[in-house]
Amino acid sequence: MRGSRTVLYSSLLLLPAAVLLWVFTYQPILTTMFNSLYSTPRGRRPAHFVGLDNYEAMIADPVFWKAITNNVIYALTTIPLSMLLALAMALIVNANLRGKGLMRMAFFTPTVLPMVAVANIWLFFYAPDYGLIDKFLGLFGMGGNNFLGSVETALPAIIVITIWKEAGFFMIFYLAGLQQISPTLLEAARLEGAGFWQILRRVILPLLMPTTLFISINAVIGAFRLVDHVVAMTKGGPDNATTLLLFYIYQTGFAFWDTSYAAALTMVLLAILAAIALFQFGYADKRVHYR
Amino acid sequence: MSAQRKNSSEIVVTAGGWLLALIWILPLLYAFWTAFHPPAYAARFDLLAPWTLENFERVWTAAPFPRYFLNTFLLVTLILVCQFVICTMAAYAFVCFPFRGSELLFMFVLLQLMIMPEALLVENYKTLGQLGLLDTIAAMGLPYLASAFGIFLFRQTFKSIPKELEEAARLEGANLVQVLLRVFVPVAKPIYIAYGLVTVSYHWNNFLWPLVVTNSVETRPITVGLQIFATVEQGVDWSLITAATIISVAPLLIAFLLFQRQFVQSFMRAGIR
Repeated sequence: MRGSRTVLYSSLLLLPAAVLLWVFTYQPILTTMFNSLYSTPRGRRPAHFVGLDNYEAMIADPVFWKAITNNVIYALTTIPLSMLLALAMALIVNANLRGKGLMRMAFFTPTVLPMVAVANIWLFFYAPDYGLIDKFLGLFGMGGNNFLGSVETALPAIIVITIWKEAGFFMIFYLAGLQQISPTLLEAARLEGAGFWQILRRVILPLLMPTTLFISINAVIGAFRLVDHVVAMTKGGPDNATTLLLFYIYQTGFAFWDTSYAAALTMVLLAILAAIALFQFGYADKRVHYR
Repeated sequence: MSAQRKNSSEIVVTAGGWLLALIWILPLLYAFWTAFHPPAYAARFDLLAPWTLENFERVWTAAPFPRYFLNTFLLVTLILVCQFVICTMAAYAFVCFPFRGSELLFMFVLLQLMIMPEALLVENYKTLGQLGLLDTIAAMGLPYLASAFGIFLFRQTFKSIPKELEEAARLEGANLVQVLLRVFVPVAKPIYIAYGLVTVSYHWNNFLWPLVVTNSVETRPITVGLQIFATVEQGVDWSLITAATIISVAPLLIAFLLFQRQFVQSFMRAGIR
């Protein structure tokens, strides 16, 4: 009697969440899978089964590989650099210096701004000739750069603003981690005659390992999730130099209206995210114990 | 000697910290400066340049920013209220009414932590089209309402509440809804605040999905509105664009500056945005 009542209550309480998760997460995963095996319906031609054609087209598509390469470069640069800066920021803010409140505010403020707003501010700085950065370089006779307009510098320009926006966000997790470290431990290391770098390497970094892992997993997801700045600044250009995977999906789905091909591309993104999830549940949780 | 060395290294670290902080905030300060000065000074820094509010007036009349703000406000309110209710109910079920397979079900819920709605935007767009909800405020919010992260966070919190509290309330004759509202929710209040701040800033700033599903002034949130304004104005007038940018970030930025400590602590507590 009590058992069946528990199931009843539980089902009623879970119903809204279950329906929404089904409609907007699980069901679309299944239809993405399904649609990636069909052609895109156009006009009077309905979708028909094409097997792995979309995937074959994808493997032959240089823009797809460009998007993947860009995304990997983007992740491999933004993540370590912003985490390194975040750690430095956290150490600075945690060191009880004069004005640490103001410093923390300076580091964290970019984080609360929307990426679109950040992109628009930086569009202004990157503008050729009269943008702030080009003007500054002009003082040394190195002006005339169109950072977002040339293939070599467009992706680095996007990377810079990502780091600017994310570092302060990661800083707070390191700050939380640092505050968990017992002062006696640090004092003991100091009494043993360890210098700052030694303490950092032997005491602080190992103890921050769970934080580092937590941040990296979030950062990897973020590197595949956030493309607002690409939409606002470059639209993937020039010559696909800044196309990231999710942006390419967006472009294929809503600019080219090729929804079946977009589904095949989405499957790749889902596979990447699933790999991250497996890594987190299988490997990371065993190696690093959370607080 | 060691004290002296410590002192000089502290000066170096302080100076380095200040320098980094200055570099970090400079882009924002310069954007502010541009927005409050006439267009002629947009790219020409001059300490004596006259201050003006004209850029803001022009932006305010050139684009329907008040309407965009209203849309964002409605969107964020809808999401916040629904997430609180839906995630609280689900977390309560997982903690207090476990059944066979509910652990497995919870694992399925956690999947959404990794596969967030943005990744599925093409299919979700189709679904909302079938529901006839495209270009509505509801469409912007629906995929986010059942947040795995919220369920996870509330479940963690509810689990840490001692069983005795719940049993005491039951003995006093409280029914299940009363137990939830009088025991669980009050204890979890700091978590609700933390989650609320994170969710508000996430959805205030969200862009890609709203861009995809909205198509009119009556539904567009401020982020999409800003982008449309900036695209039309692009290359024409940076003072206007920076002014528009500042208008659109102002409410959240002011809230952040006023409640800095709460923001930072909330982001720490809640982890993921």
